[in-house]
Amino acid sequence: MVKDAADPIVTADGRTIGDVLMDMRGITLRFGGVEAIKDISFDIREGEIRAIIGPNGAGKSSMLNVISGFYVPQEGEVWFRGEKRPPMKPYQVARQGIARTFQNIALFGGMSVLDNVMTGRLTHMDSSLLSQAIWWGRAQKEEVENRAKVERIIDFLEIQHIRKTPVARLPYGLKKRVELARALAAEPKLLLLDEPMAGMNVEEKEDMSRFILDVNDEFGTTIALIEHDMGVVMDLSDRVVVMDYGRKIGDGTPDEVRGNQEVIDAYLGVAHD
Amino acid sequence: MPDQLLFAIEVTLNGLMAGVLYALVALGFVLIFKASGIFNYAQGVMALFAALTLVGIMEGQVPFEHLINVVFGTNIHGFGWEVPALLAILLTMVVMIAFAWAVNWIVLRHLVNQEPIILFMATIGLAYFLEGLGDMMWGSDIKTLDVGLPEGINIWVDETTFELFGYGFFIDNLDIAATLIAAVLVTVLVAFSQYTKHGRALRAVADDHQAALSVGISLNFIWVLVWSIAGFVALVAGIMWGAKSGVQFSLSLIALKALPVLMLGGFTSIPGAIVGGLIIGVGEKLFEFLLGPALGGATENWFAYVLALIFLVFRPQGLFGEKIIERV
Ligand SMILES: Nc1ncnc2c1ncn2[C@@H]1O[C@H](COP(=O)(O)OP(=O)(O)OP(=O)(O)O)[C@@H](O)[C@H]1O
Ligand SMILES: [Mg+2]
Repeated sequence: MVKDAADPIVTADGRTIGDVLMDMRGITLRFGGVEAIKDISFDIREGEIRAIIGPNGAGKSSMLNVISGFYVPQEGEVWFRGEKRPPMKPYQVARQGIARTFQNIALFGGMSVLDNVMTGRLTHMDSSLLSQAIWWGRAQKEEVENRAKVERIIDFLEIQHIRKTPVARLPYGLKKRVELARALAAEPKLLLLDEPMAGMNVEEKEDMSRFILDVNDEFGTTIALIEHDMGVVMDLSDRVVVMDYGRKIGDGTPDEVRGNQEVIDAYLGVAHD
Repeated sequence: MPDQLLFAIEVTLNGLMAGVLYALVALGFVLIFKASGIFNYAQGVMALFAALTLVGIMEGQVPFEHLINVVFGTNIHGFGWEVPALLAILLTMVVMIAFAWAVNWIVLRHLVNQEPIILFMATIGLAYFLEGLGDMMWGSDIKTLDVGLPEGINIWVDETTFELFGYGFFIDNLDIAATLIAAVLVTVLVAFSQYTKHGRALRAVADDHQAALSVGISLNFIWVLVWSIAGFVALVAGIMWGAKSGVQFSLSLIALKALPVLMLGGFTSIPGAIVGGLIIGVGEKLFEFLLGPALGGATENWFAYVLALIFLVFRPQGLFGEKIIERV
């Protein structure tokens, strides 16, 4: 069952989800002959955790890339905060308040954890090149203020002990956490996480789940996340979109999609015709 | 102290001073290379072009004077005014920023994600284009450049060393000025890239384009920025070398000395560019002093390149580059 976009939505834990923040309408994305996304529509509402799931190659990352401007769909419209979004470069999307992490971790390897997270603040630091040179003091003040915010995020994600470490030297699990920290530093309206727990052990997964829930709770950040671990998805998300071979085959609360026959077939690997 | 040693010290000092300027020019290369993976062959010609433009503006030349006269049958000869050096330098900088902007919007924007060799070829094309443009705009005769920097032997150094060692060092005031200015600029550039948000954005782009985009950095902005910095560096180098030996084509070749500097220091390393510049500067002067006479002189033309070649064999990643081990 797919919810009508106008209905107020009440989650399993009794919260009412807010207005539509991001609305994807009839998105189709092709790479040459391959249709990675086929005419998919869904919305993300304010304050919710929206999961996107599906088998490998279903088109989940592609969808996230469309939202963040890295891929440009051939067809369809992207509506953000009630306005149709014109074609935009990824950096412009970021400046609109959409932060993301990558499936294959994209950090600045040569820079320290602190510097990496500081780059997340760039969208909030608006002193220009010239004014930086002229009013050195003001630029310093801006730097210090943003630094304070970053330190809070570093504390929040419990990575104080590695603040000065070059990111390239960190183990995989911590890199994922630094990437989350950088995205959070932007204080995004919408946070996109592409498999934030892939390749982690059980303990790391639990930590990450806790962080994601805390971010959503404490800052009210809207989150869209891709995840393979069904247990995690069921625990974390308010609503789930299920993709398979570029199509949307399910959309609803975790319980609803779990009972959906098409979803079950996709996950059990029933032969496609 | 034996005379030979004193001479050697004097030569070393002169080498160090030349080296600081090499380091500055090499930094121009490194910044562009780090931020966009482009080896900018045009850097040398940019120095020449900047110097030509500076002279042209100072002397009140009309750009494309010859062309205009031929096409319109006019007979223009300059605006008939002179522009003070400082203002002319500022105006030249504006020209170099416009150039940086044009290079990115007209050429490089269309070559994103191309092979490095293609980008390199593009900069070779750019170099020749700029050389021709410089000639067309300002004429191809050799020009003298005088922005009012001190020149001639530094009396204080000469007298002090004479009192101490009984031999007065010959150090040119122009070299001292060039060294000081270059040293300040190197420091400013390093501080800029380490401690400002634009510097951080620049390092971010150098590290990972996707990630940089995802935090809201415009790659085009950063590229225009690094090309502008390279233009600025070219201008400074053009002023120093132009003041020394006139503004002429050979100026673009001196700037290419940064190439061996980069092989020594590693193409992506800022400290490498600095140390490499000093080593090449001192190395070529000392080598000429010690072995030049035996080898028939003019070793400064090739020494840097040969040293870099030898160095490459033993440490291909440069002084500060990380060792590249192919995963198998
Ligand atoms: N840049 C690209 N160029 C060409 N094809 C692409 C590109 N990106 C994705 N694809 C194709 O689009 C389809 C969907 O890929 P996508 O990465 O979105 O899947 P996914 O659901 O994220 O899979 P996974 O769970 O393995 O990460 C695949 O067939 C993939 O090969
Ligand atoms: Mg994926």
